Amino acid sequence: MADSHPSTALGAGAAAHPKLQHHFYNMDQQLEASILGMWIFLVTEIMFFGGLFMAYIVYRTAYPDGWASSSQLLNVYLGGANTLVLICSSVTMALAVRSAQVGSRRGQIVNLMLTMLFGTTFLVVKYFEYAEKFHHGLVPGALWNPQHELADGTLVALALPSGSQIFFSLYFIMTGIHALHMVVGLALMAIILWMAWKGRFSPQYYGPIEVSGLYWHFVDIVWIFLFPLLYLLGFHLGQGH
Amino acid sequence: MSSAHITPVRTYVAVFGALFVLTIVTAVVAYFDLKFMNTFVALTIACTKATLVVWYFMGVRYNTPLTKVVVVAGFFWLLILFGLGMSDYLTRPWLGVPGR
Amino acid sequence: MTTAVVEERHSYLDAPYGVAAWLLTKDHKRIAMLYLISITVFFAVGGLFATGVRIELLTPKGDMMSADTYNKLFTLHGVVMIFFFLIPSIPATLGNFLIPIMCGAKDLAFPRINLLSWYLYIIGGLLAVGVIAGGGLDTGWTFYTPYSTSSSNTNVSLAGLAAFIAGFSSILTGFNFIVTIHRMRAPGLTWFRLPLFVWAHYATSLVMILGTPVIAITLTLMIAERTLGLAVFDPRIGGDPVLFQHLFWFYSHPAVYIMILPGMGVVSELVAAVSRKSIFGYGFVAFSSLAIAILGFLVWGHHLFVSSQSIYAGFVFSIITMLVAVPSAVKTFNWAATMYKGSVTWESPTYWVIGFMGLFLIGGLTGLFLATMGLDIHLTDTYFVVAHFHYIMVGGAIMGFLGGLHFWWPKMTGKMYPEAMGKASAILVFVGFNFTFFPQFVLGYMGMPRRYYAYPEEWQVLNVMSTLGASVLGIGYMLTFLYLVWSLFKGKVAPANPWGATGLEWETSSPPPTFNFDHDPVVNGPAYDYKPARGVHVGR
Repeated sequence: MADSHPSTALGAGAAAHPKLQHHFYNMDQQLEASILGMWIFLVTEIMFFGGLFMAYIVYRTAYPDGWASSSQLLNVYLGGANTLVLICSSVTMALAVRSAQVGSRRGQIVNLMLTMLFGTTFLVVKYFEYAEKFHHGLVPGALWNPQHELADGTLVALALPSGSQIFFSLYFIMTGIHALHMVVGLALMAIILWMAWKGRFSPQYYGPIEVSGLYWHFVDIVWIFLFPLLYLLGFHLGQGH
Repeated sequence: MSSAHITPVRTYVAVFGALFVLTIVTAVVAYFDLKFMNTFVALTIACTKATLVVWYFMGVRYNTPLTKVVVVAGFFWLLILFGLGMSDYLTRPWLGVPGR
Repeated sequence: MTTAVVEERHSYLDAPYGVAAWLLTKDHKRIAMLYLISITVFFAVGGLFATGVRIELLTPKGDMMSADTYNKLFTLHGVVMIFFFLIPSIPATLGNFLIPIMCGAKDLAFPRINLLSWYLYIIGGLLAVGVIAGGGLDTGWTFYTPYSTSSSNTNVSLAGLAAFIAGFSSILTGFNFIVTIHRMRAPGLTWFRLPLFVWAHYATSLVMILGTPVIAITLTLMIAERTLGLAVFDPRIGGDPVLFQHLFWFYSHPAVYIMILPGMGVVSELVAAVSRKSIFGYGFVAFSSLAIAILGFLVWGHHLFVSSQSIYAGFVFSIITMLVAVPSAVKTFNWAATMYKGSVTWESPTYWVIGFMGLFLIGGLTGLFLATMGLDIHLTDTYFVVAHFHYIMVGGAIMGFLGGLHFWWPKMTGKMYPEAMGKASAILVFVGFNFTFFPQFVLGYMGMPRRYYAYPEEWQVLNVMSTLGASVLGIGYMLTFLYLVWSLFKGKVAPANPWGATGLEWETSSPPPTFNFDHDPVVNGPAYDYKPARGVHVGR
């Protein structure tokens, strides 16, 4: 196969990099393998979320009105703000990787911290959104008791068309699993930040920060789809509360 | 590593700007009732944003052809699930059985 | 060959020494052996459940146990055998051991992740033991809703979690293989010089990566519905239980290809070795593995023919299911063509391989019966289906696994097992298997439903025959276990290449050193480079 068989030569006069694992010929091969490996893992994540999107498609097709009405009850402004927050975190993540590639320790640390800050902001906003759902009884199962909040703060029962409970089940499951992935991402970033602090990365060795970045961007991409599909579905009908 | 491509900061900023703008656009378009076009526009914008992230932020533009194939295959595989799965749901009413 | 001088040599088995060195190993060969021990334990557990089922079915009435207990026995038999034995079997043992060596590499791409995959498997396994100890599971291995989400009082969520974790373990194995095969082949080792075993595992890994996550999310949804009340399949709120089936079988059908493709890879290797001839139509066999993996994703609806799935979707699934039989047939023809005018020797691997080919043929052909929608309406959920899949998974996959285990046993352990025993157990397994499962085709055709513990009197003869066959089959497996373990202590020391086969694994010592090769291998020729003896033409 013509695709580049990695050169088995280390390079004239080069001593093996301390981070070169014994079964790889050189750092290039190791990095390529790591990136390929992370992408294959991300493919599994695509299929994992894919099952949820399949359920979404089936039920939205079956209950267009119920779903539009339910979607109205989600806060587009919070969801939209969260989308922008994640986009910011993606840019800082990309800049963090770039900083490692050019050997800027300061750049790595600043950008990683910003990434984590944005990620945490996302989760905090999510917490407030969830709390509001609980307050309005929009949690399927034993707590399902949809209510509408009047201007003076009193709650009155809200009649929702069929399919609504399924909408909210999927809302919680999809955003919940996404949030779990964010938490894992933040933990990953903490580790990477520590490694960057210790000066572990260099233009010759930045594999871990690059593949962690891939994971982080992927989680952003999932949200890029979740926002319009969950929040904007009923936006043209107005924002109900 | 000598063979790595280092993306300039202004590229990242440009992509960030595009993503920002597209987010605003998708929300604004959703505000209007365009019937089936709402979904079409929303998905097109989402796919564009995802492509920008994959191509530039994740650096796939500069990755090997194999990596590109892996990325495409992943998203393509979803279409199999959606397509063949919906082939059931969309054709159930064709039977003409009352109540179905 | 000259007599081997037994010298003090260090292989991966003894260097470095100690329990910690094994439990924290990064060596793919040690991880393979860790897996081998674990899956053997689960095979025994799954076998015990099957024994319970077959003993109950000796009598037409449900008299030995309650229906609930019977439900738990067949469910746990399925869950343990599929998730904890068949899915890991060949890939995690023979695959882990051989893929790096066959690629000329020192290890897999991600050795620590390989070890992680074994630990995840063990955790999943312990959770499964927890399910068993905690009262069992009675939903069937298929976990269908709404029973699993709303009605069952057994450990559904724990079982779902166990399967989820075991599935994640298999994902890690698959992704390791893909990266290794793409990026770590030795110089000169082009794709079309790779052994077909590697092609088969590559295809298997694709299925693991693309399919397993879907069952992961499906089980998650089931657990969420059951424990958190976040219902998605519940008809009471407008959900569709058949959606669960779609999502479940999107993985579980390709899963059966995870279970058979590696066995086919083993058979390719064994057929070439015992025929001393290159596999006929190497390219066709290689691509057929990929074709099976890909087409296998397009057929899942054939499990839903009677579920209220649209018959129009059923047409599509039925036709594609017929198509997926074609690449399997291509392989079978090519193996036969390899043996034809080959220099076939009747060694123990030959017996296992012939057994595989015959049983897989029957299993595969009966799949076509079931693919035909009209016929499936009568045969579905009967013993016909049970017999069909056991022919493939036991007659096929397990015979393939055992054949491969025998063939590579000298390489992995450095010991030879008694050849006569190898042949005897192959025959016992073959005979016992047919007596167990052929009657089940007849029973299913006559209408005996699966998963029932009682049946009409007139079917008792066939059921008794099936149970007797299962006893012989069990004896065959136990015999195999006994002499293989015996060989570890008393077997003859194995030379580097006891079968005179081609392949990088036979160029290193038995067992290999920790880093696989003493020199960096370079490959110059095709995979099955058998030299004809005395100028006799042995094929292309």
